[in-house]
Amino acid sequence: MTRRPVFLITVLCFGFAFFYIPILSMMVYSFNDSRLATVWGGFSTRWYASLFSNRQVGAALLLSVQIALISATMATILGAMAGIALARFRKFRGRTIFSGMVTAPLIMPEVITGISLLMFFIMLAQITGWPGQRGFTTITLAHITFSMVFVTTVVHARMSQMDRSIEEAAMDLGSRPWQVLKDVTLPVISPALVSGWLLAFTISLDDVVITSFTTGPGATTLPLLIWSKVKLGVTPDINALATLIVVTVGLCVALAGWLMSRAERRRLAEERLAYRAGG
Amino acid sequence: MAPRGADGPPLPGQPAGRAMSTLARWFHRRGWRDLIIATPYAWLILLFLIPFLIVVAMSLATRTPTAPPFGYGGENPVLNFRGYARLFTDTLYIRAFVTSLMNASIATIFCLLLGYPMALGLTRVSKSWRNILLMLVILPFWTSFLLRVYAWMGLMGRNSWFNRMLTDSWNWLVPSDWAITSVPMMNSNFAVILVTVYTYLPFMILPLYASLERLDPQLDEAAMDLGSRPWRVFLDVTLPQSLPGIIAGGMLVFIPAAGELVIPVLVGNPSSPMIGRIISDEFAQARDWPMASTVAVALLVLMVGPTMIYSRYQQKAEGAGSGEEKP
Repeated sequence: MTRRPVFLITVLCFGFAFFYIPILSMMVYSFNDSRLATVWGGFSTRWYASLFSNRQVGAALLLSVQIALISATMATILGAMAGIALARFRKFRGRTIFSGMVTAPLIMPEVITGISLLMFFIMLAQITGWPGQRGFTTITLAHITFSMVFVTTVVHARMSQMDRSIEEAAMDLGSRPWQVLKDVTLPVISPALVSGWLLAFTISLDDVVITSFTTGPGATTLPLLIWSKVKLGVTPDINALATLIVVTVGLCVALAGWLMSRAERRRLAEERLAYRAGG
Repeated sequence: MAPRGADGPPLPGQPAGRAMSTLARWFHRRGWRDLIIATPYAWLILLFLIPFLIVVAMSLATRTPTAPPFGYGGENPVLNFRGYARLFTDTLYIRAFVTSLMNASIATIFCLLLGYPMALGLTRVSKSWRNILLMLVILPFWTSFLLRVYAWMGLMGRNSWFNRMLTDSWNWLVPSDWAITSVPMMNSNFAVILVTVYTYLPFMILPLYASLERLDPQLDEAAMDLGSRPWRVFLDVTLPQSLPGIIAGGMLVFIPAAGELVIPVLVGNPSSPMIGRIISDEFAQARDWPMASTVAVALLVLMVGPTMIYSRYQQKAEGAGSGEEKP
């Protein structure tokens, strides 16, 4: 087909304008001097200045990052275990329930996950006395649970694409199972672990609904802080905060994408070299 | 799902199945296998299955003025089905379900109408452009969901440049008695649908792109050579083959959109709430845990059908093209 698909290109342009105009508009208005968020009143960086002097925002950001670091790491460990279990162990007792439990949270509406965990924590506190107060720990437990299934999906997909004869060869050469896991399986699935961790990290950093149900007094994450302000309407300082977040995340994703594609290219080049040397 | 990349040199005389069971035995002997299975299993039972069963049990409890506000038995039946009866008699719930399903369906259709040509366009641009554009589709998905909804609040508001632009063009087009001072966009079902399309569009584009990318361009050319017009080629060749991708992407938008909470709270019409908001309000404001749980169970039951359709077509969409190539 040599004809230029004019219609398709037009829709693509429209689609990307649709994607990015709201975000760009928000960024431009974060430099608005006016107190009225939507009326232009000249250029100013004062909302950024007031943001940096706001301790509440700093504390909320710190709490969010702490929760995201812990929950992403735990979610990657647990999610990788579940992914390996599903991809490598064809038969074990309760496999059907297990595969159901790693799929269901993906489609469960967040509000239902939220109320179910809140009721669980309240009843657990009634029976065992723990958690006496909801906050950091309960939020982290909730985040681990709903982000681990995303890691499982990523790891499972990678494992089912993996060439199993490598593991088999290592076994034949006398490796112990944990050596196979450490030296063969984990390196092969490491890209999946990295992207799973990043996914879990951003999901945790981004979550509002489940966090709002599992939080307690004094534990305000950044999304919760934004949520409580945004419910009241558009404000210039949220525009500034949003701009900083979008720019940071955008840069991180671009960097991660670039690093990963570079690693992938290198791996392919090395494989090609190895084939050439071997053949 | 056939394992892709299994194209390495096969080991002599060892079927994959047997290799698997040796590996599995090794793990078993060392207890690794049990550890790997049991840890996430126990975690999910404790923090997913039990909380979920609590919701189901709660939907049959009776609301009481105690803390926590529920009980079984007493003057009421031990298992109270009145909540489920209320779902069908109280118009609040019926209307909320209708609103949710309507908004989600309309948003899904618009996602498809915009996402399909975008996905098709992505398969037609050059390789280097394609990677950049795919990155640009995925990028909003990584940035905060809440802030993407918020970005539209800024655009739709009464005094925003976007609203004024729409108002001015309307006033320019129509006779002066129809002139308006602003377009009432915020706090309406229109706003919910628009923002839902905006936030969920990547979920539609990516599976569609995955299924369109695998199509054999020679089929198109063959149909063209046989004299089909481009439009007929699309209808007879491309569209039927991408059907699994359409259904998978559609469900991927529809299912979360129907249970959405953030979008209706921020931009929705408060007098016709969606189901996610009903669950949240019943729970947090009315403190009616049993009713909130009943509505939650009803929503999940409604989503069982779409979920089953999704998982069927997702496998088809992934299976399409792979394994059917000739050697």
